[in-house]
Amino acid sequence: MPLEVQVVSPERILWSGEADMVLTRTVDGGEIAFLNGHAPFVGALGIGVTRIRPASGDDVAVAVHGGFVEVSENRVSVLSDVAELAGDIDRARAEEARTRAEAALRQEHDAEAEAALRRAHVRLEAAG
Amino acid sequence: MAGGQERVLRRRIKSVQSTKKITKAMELIAASRIVKAQQRVAAARPYSEQITEVIRNLAAAGAGGDSPLLQARDQVATVGFVVVAADRGLAGGHNSTVIRLAERAVQAERAQGRDTALVTVGKKATSYFRFRGYELAASYGGFSENPTYADAKEVADLVSERFSDGTFDEVRLVYTRFLSLGTQKAVEARYLPLEQVEADDAAGPSADYEFEPSPTEILDRLLPRYAEARLFAALLDSAAAEQAARQRAMKSATDNAEELITKLSRVMNRARQDAITTEIMEIVGGAEALRQGGAGEDLLVDTIGGTGDLFPDTLEPHRAHV
Repeated sequence: MPLEVQVVSPERILWSGEADMVLTRTVDGGEIAFLNGHAPFVGALGIGVTRIRPASGDDVAVAVHGGFVEVSENRVSVLSDVAELAGDIDRARAEEARTRAEAALRQEHDAEAEAALRRAHVRLEAAG
Repeated sequence: MAGGQERVLRRRIKSVQSTKKITKAMELIAASRIVKAQQRVAAARPYSEQITEVIRNLAAAGAGGDSPLLQARDQVATVGFVVVAADRGLAGGHNSTVIRLAERAVQAERAQGRDTALVTVGKKATSYFRFRGYELAASYGGFSENPTYADAKEVADLVSERFSDGTFDEVRLVYTRFLSLGTQKAVEARYLPLEQVEADDAAGPSADYEFEPSPTEILDRLLPRYAEARLFAALLDSAAAEQAARQRAMKSATDNAEELITKLSRVMNRARQDAITTEIMEIVGGAEALRQGGAGEDLLVDTIGGTGDLFPDTLEPHRAHV
């Protein structure tokens, strides 16, 4: 039996369907994979790429900038107020953002630029 | 004069007609936007349902309720009000209903000796309260028809911050609920502190969840999101209600214009007919008067006929003065 997966943002359901595996990263930095029959789980997600291996077809990568995951009874729900599907990511813009953040970091070490750089990295990683 | 009246009426009909064109267009636009707004309300629902479910699970796992957003104060000195109205008017009673409800609630709190602070969303609410000399803690506008999550986050963050730092001891949310196409209702609801979501006892400890990090830590991260989602839902509901109210208001305006046009056209036609009738009466009367006054003689022809040759072939030469 495959997993029922939903990736939900406040404005819409980004992705939903059946999948064999979901791979994500919790806030403490640990990667965690959910397979069929996983124990009930609630976790806070950090900034990272969540990968979904659908029952058929290619992997789906989602750039998640913080959020939550809930797993119960073979249902996996990923909640994130800022999440982007790989297909929706504008590579050129993400790269531009990375360059900008790197330049800002060279000038001065502030948390905002660092976060921007991380976001840009995650976007690019998801976009593949 | 009769002709003048007709002209005035024609001008009025034309002006009502162009007003009708505008209201009709607004009606159609609003009608198409309601559908979109409703879809957005529906699209936002899975997120809030899921987040509520996660909170319920956390509560069942005994997550500590010491997040600042959950703490009810014993002494409520200042009540913050978040008033959600529209940016534009021409939406029937949409704005005035919600604004009136908010103002009454504010007055009630003041009567009990509490301080109040207003956070207005939507230009109409902002200008109403500013004009009446209420002090605005913050005001937002420009997104009432199409609120994004980022807009909701901005408002929610400010309000949560004011609540956490003790500026507000309680926050109420005044907005319009979209119940159906025909019914929208202005409501006042407690926004902060957040309602404790009770663990679902009936379901029992259905599942022993694993948590990472600890339940309390997750809850602390989750509650701000929950507050944002609630505000976002209120904004979306108000946006849908605004469109529905506008559609209804514009429909009745269009109907009114149509009725007015019919009425004015009728009056105008009567005026025109009156004018024509009067004119005919004048001509007929005039002719009759002439016929009778000349005793059967036509003034021109008869006289000409009677005098014989009007233009003799030969003209008599001028005689010299005697």
